[in-house]
Amino acid sequence: MRIRYRVAVWSGLLLAALVAAVLASATIGPVELGVPVVAKAALNAVGIPTSLGVSIGTASIAGASVPWPTVDVQYVYPFQFHIAPTSELIVRSIRLPRIVLGATVGFALGGAGAVMQGFFRNPMADPSIIGVSTGAAVGAVATIAVPMAVPFGLQTAAFLGAVVTAFLVYLIATEGGRTPVATLLLAGVAVQTFLGAVVSFLLLQSGESLEEAVYWLMGNLYGAGWGDVGATLPAIVVLFVALLPFARDLNVLMLGERDARTLGIPVEWTKRLLLALSSLLTAAAVAVAGVIGFVGLIVPHIMRLVVGPDHRLLLPTSALAGALFLVVTDTIARANPQELPVGIVTAALGAPFFLFLLRRREVHEL
Amino acid sequence: MSDPLLSVTDVSVAFGDARVLESISLSVQRGEFVGLVGPNGVGKTTLLRTINGVRDPDSGTVSVDGDRQADCSAQEWSRRVATVPQDTSVSFSFRVADVVEMGRSPHRRRTQFGTTETDRRRIEDALELTNTADMRDRPIDELSGGERQRVFIARALAQDTPLLALDEPTASLDVNHQVEILQLIRALVGEGRAALAAIHDLELAARFCDRLALLSDGAIRAIGPPESVLRSDVLDPAFETTTATTTNPVTGTPIVTAGAGDEIATDGPVDTRHVHVVGGGQVGARAIATLREAGHELSAGVLRDGDIALETAQSLDLPVVTTPAVGRADPDAIAAADDLASEAGVVVLADVDIGPRQWALDLAAGAPATVLVETRPLAERLHAGERARGRYERLRARSVAADLDTLPSAVETAGRAVTRPADD
Repeated sequence: MRIRYRVAVWSGLLLAALVAAVLASATIGPVELGVPVVAKAALNAVGIPTSLGVSIGTASIAGASVPWPTVDVQYVYPFQFHIAPTSELIVRSIRLPRIVLGATVGFALGGAGAVMQGFFRNPMADPSIIGVSTGAAVGAVATIAVPMAVPFGLQTAAFLGAVVTAFLVYLIATEGGRTPVATLLLAGVAVQTFLGAVVSFLLLQSGESLEEAVYWLMGNLYGAGWGDVGATLPAIVVLFVALLPFARDLNVLMLGERDARTLGIPVEWTKRLLLALSSLLTAAAVAVAGVIGFVGLIVPHIMRLVVGPDHRLLLPTSALAGALFLVVTDTIARANPQELPVGIVTAALGAPFFLFLLRRREVHEL
Repeated sequence: MSDPLLSVTDVSVAFGDARVLESISLSVQRGEFVGLVGPNGVGKTTLLRTINGVRDPDSGTVSVDGDRQADCSAQEWSRRVATVPQDTSVSFSFRVADVVEMGRSPHRRRTQFGTTETDRRRIEDALELTNTADMRDRPIDELSGGERQRVFIARALAQDTPLLALDEPTASLDVNHQVEILQLIRALVGEGRAALAAIHDLELAARFCDRLALLSDGAIRAIGPPESVLRSDVLDPAFETTTATTTNPVTGTPIVTAGAGDEIATDGPVDTRHVHVVGGGQVGARAIATLREAGHELSAGVLRDGDIALETAQSLDLPVVTTPAVGRADPDAIAAADDLASEAGVVVLADVDIGPRQWALDLAAGAPATVLVETRPLAERLHAGERARGRYERLRARSVAADLDTLPSAVETAGRAVTRPADD
């Protein structure tokens, strides 16, 4: 079967499953809603952008007002179903943004995980392997614990923490223009350990905000709004689309770096680019959702079992399966009378399932 | 002579302070199959990696068709040189067709997701030529070494380059697959294509290559037709051994016999007066008695305390090395036995047991001539792995076989056979 055909079929199937999961998830909550109501409300929320403009506004950074470009998008809403305003409000303003954000975050983590595992040729690699998540945690916990010391909002601080950490790990592991993968992995582990100590120290200083900090560390999508989706979804889509043309290079890199060079891959340049794109992808997800473990580790493994090692297929399917997985787990987290951080649910469900696969289908290697 | 396809000019490479290649110059014409020979660790792989662009030379230039490697991007260079690596193990379940398709990587545009018509035609041709078409859907990690080697050659063919660089394409294969792979490369060369291959087996290299380049101590010591390179006066300094070269009666190409040991190769027939016996029990005891009766000077060991052969040797007052009755053989004893055996012209292995340490094989490997007495099947006597079995079988191939009655005459026969192939 041709690769394009396989990609289309698998992506189509997973996308259909994702849409179904989103709609099903939106019916669940303190107020029970039927599928037709949810579907109508969801269709009402579908906007088609008709014009795009950029205007220069101002933003407050570190207390100073600076000019800041804002994007103005005009939408046309083609569907105008009549449903109860409260139902519409619940679906459109409370449940859907959270579910869509969950799907976005899962998409990013699943896709970045597939890239990292292929890149590192290591089954233990996940999107946080080079310290992205821990870096984000430092930024976020610092904002919570000592807000005076951090001139950014929580999400910006987390994003910057993640990106700066990834860059730092890369610099540490690079010598003479070459970045050996094993060095990168070890540098990542060491930096993670160090930043873990920083996070623990900050938690001790956090006093009354300890609970909030711990809650963030466990990863959650509580209180997500369309603003979060707007800030995250476009960035993640752009980054992911930028990664796709490198799926074939990832395949070749799996054969080893020397082999890849003889097959025309500029190895160091490609590694740098893949690392940058997947780190940004992870950082964007972690900044809005906190540290959600295990999605980026197990989803690519499961998809590799199902569709094989070809990254042209593995990348889109891992991303979509990651979205599906996070929508389902966050629904479980949300349906619990005492809301759970979704990170707990992903790990509690994901780990046993992964162990089951490990025993049954021999996931010993990539 | 037309312009060469590959020109290597004054290439030097150093790893830190260690100079691996010093001012190497080499050219390969279209339609030519050149073999790179030489001892292990002399830089054959480094030279190939300099040619395929994996390593930049510290000085000097590599060019294909007049284009210098330094001026080409990775992708441009990979359209000129395709590589079959030495290690073809893949731990991921890519299908064979997927691996061959990766050979098209140098020819694709960034936005190209699938394969083009040209890609598919080249992939099919490559699968066809290497006889791998019927395994196209099999996972690469389930293939044998020989099959994998063919798949990687197919990948290199799909790359559609004028030059193939192959690093020990036959190293991990058994002999019939070695010949098959070299025949394949031989057939592929031509039509404007050329191949440069590191090959450790001198005889196979001589059979299939147009020219050989002998690399030693980081420099090319000789280059030319096989007959001109595979000569004792050329090979001996490079391999630091003594060799004898003759002609293969079947193929008419040179045969090289190396490592026979200096005194044998230069002094003619072996001194059969002094014989060392390895192996105990009834067979060992009778071998010692028979040879003593025939008037040989004998030594024996390593023998275990209490062994009947040891009693026989001691009663005859022979020099003998012993080790305790149970447990692993004492390393000092093994070294002492080695000393005794090295004074002997012929070593007799009497129904010998091969333990994990394989010391008996080591001892036999250093001997000028060997005689094997075998009464029990090898399976009963082999207490080590497959590698030991292989070594034993090679030993058997170059030894004289005897039973106890014919032992004295077998020792004389073994002494007359001067040359033997080297044990690896």
